[in-house]
Amino acid sequence: MSDLTRLTLAEARAGLAAKDFSAVELTQTHLDAMAKAKGLNAYIVETPDKALAMAAASDARIAKGEVGPLEGIPLGIKDLYCTEGVQTTAASHILEGFVPQYESTVSSNLWRDGAVMLGKLNLDEFAMGSSNETSYFGPVTSPWRRNGSDAKIVPGGSSGGSAAAVAARLCLGATATDTGGSIRQPAAFTGTVGIKPTYGRCSRWGIVAFASSLDQAGPIAKTVRDTAILLRSMAGHDAKDTTSVDAPVPDYEKAVGASIKGKVIGIPKEYRLDGLSAEIAALWDQGIEWLRAAGAEIREISLPHTKHALPAYYIVAPAEASSNLARYDGVRYGLRKTGKDIADLYELTRAEGFGKEVRRRIMIGTYVLSAGYYDAYYLRAQKIRTLIKRDFDLAYASGVDAILTPATPSPAFAFGEKGKADPVEMYLNDVFTVTVNMAGLPGLAVPAGLASDGLPLGLQLIGRPFDEETLFSLGQVIEEAAPKIELPESWWG
Amino acid sequence: MSVDLATVRRIAHLARIRVSEEEAPYLQNELNAILRFVEELSAVDVEGVEPMTSVLPMAMKKRQDVVTDGYKVEKVLANAPAAEDGFFVVPKVIE
Repeated sequence: MSDLTRLTLAEARAGLAAKDFSAVELTQTHLDAMAKAKGLNAYIVETPDKALAMAAASDARIAKGEVGPLEGIPLGIKDLYCTEGVQTTAASHILEGFVPQYESTVSSNLWRDGAVMLGKLNLDEFAMGSSNETSYFGPVTSPWRRNGSDAKIVPGGSSGGSAAAVAARLCLGATATDTGGSIRQPAAFTGTVGIKPTYGRCSRWGIVAFASSLDQAGPIAKTVRDTAILLRSMAGHDAKDTTSVDAPVPDYEKAVGASIKGKVIGIPKEYRLDGLSAEIAALWDQGIEWLRAAGAEIREISLPHTKHALPAYYIVAPAEASSNLARYDGVRYGLRKTGKDIADLYELTRAEGFGKEVRRRIMIGTYVLSAGYYDAYYLRAQKIRTLIKRDFDLAYASGVDAILTPATPSPAFAFGEKGKADPVEMYLNDVFTVTVNMAGLPGLAVPAGLASDGLPLGLQLIGRPFDEETLFSLGQVIEEAAPKIELPESWWG
Repeated sequence: MSVDLATVRRIAHLARIRVSEEEAPYLQNELNAILRFVEELSAVDVEGVEPMTSVLPMAMKKRQDVVTDGYKVEKVLANAPAAEDGFFVVPKVIE
């Protein structure tokens, strides 16, 4: 049998339907690949027994003709999603050993549709990072390497385990989350496709919270079609999340391959940053040409408040994080360090349980929310957020259907290359993605080419609220027009 | 704006995170680097702009005010570092 890990999710679905192989065979092949790839550190916990039991149950359903939309498809789950009976850590020491007694809504939607869980994927601690280097369980190594170099490259973050596992063929698709770019940046860094849907499209219930007004769940997979298939199962209203939207979930796959003739694509001039690399600028121009050739109308637009999005994000997100992470107190779950009294218990537990970046963000958040600074920082940042959203509203009101930008300002970098001396250097990775979270819009990252160093580069499509379908149509055009990006061949075992 | 060492200690206490004497100056530098980065926002004209409270205009759904869950003491306590007789255990708070 040919290597089943090389299939796309859609191909595996067809193979299962045609009974070319069983769900157990498909899952076992991925478990074998995972066993050889431990050096990449993409999974924090592997669940082979659970996976094989779920696959066997899928085979039984297939035999009876009861086939769910994701029947027998093996997936990785970002370790930010609570999974009943399986350790969930958010890649933090403070949650080490935490075993949820409930299942997140999004992951239960996947199991409802027949998917198989392979394990829990590594990430930046509490999803705070852009390189997966802040995980308490160690960094994830990208399966990609620069031409002629064996330096370890980061997969991006925070969904670094998700992106690396998909790119290294250790699952057919993965769940991820995106607060400032955490789906789109790692997808772009690994030659995979990732979509952050509109805020409210997926339930946040049972996903460890970082910044509640920005967090959204979404998939990372090998192709645009695969992400469309996954998102349909993940999305939907949930009474347990009052911000989830009560609107029907379209069959996103139908949008894949649809004509884009006459679609108006906005090109925001403010994204041509001073010092934008020539390579990224050329990739962007190429993307514009591909869409034009497929019949889209290209229009320059202005999003004048773009440059304030990243600083405003670094007020809003830490503020919400400082509040959300107050629950880790050493009393109800996770790590506990005792001292002479309850104040000692809190302070020692949190000092030891949280890593450096998380402590830093909680403190910034605490500061901007503290008496005397709230108006100057937090309230002002929320007003700027209104301005950022208004820029997009005006562009869409003028007839723009979607916006095309680069996904990241550079290809992936090597371990330790960024953010050592100054945390802000790492934050700049999110310069093109963070506006989308601030405005609650959907954003898709699709691979579009290779950098001169041989690493993949991606483009980002930004849509109208709840118009993920247009993004899938446009993304498919880019995927077909771009030179085929072959995922790396194994050097990892 | 920038923070001094005393402010760093005050924030650390508010956040209930113990910060050592050696660590404090490094943290001060890092926090100030972030505050310098967000400084430009003070120049943005936000006169008359409403702060964002919800990214999408939608009315929050309300559920029926009925009991939907409960009687799960064991599950609630399953991950507690210390529990006794159906309660979380903490150090003595009141003398």
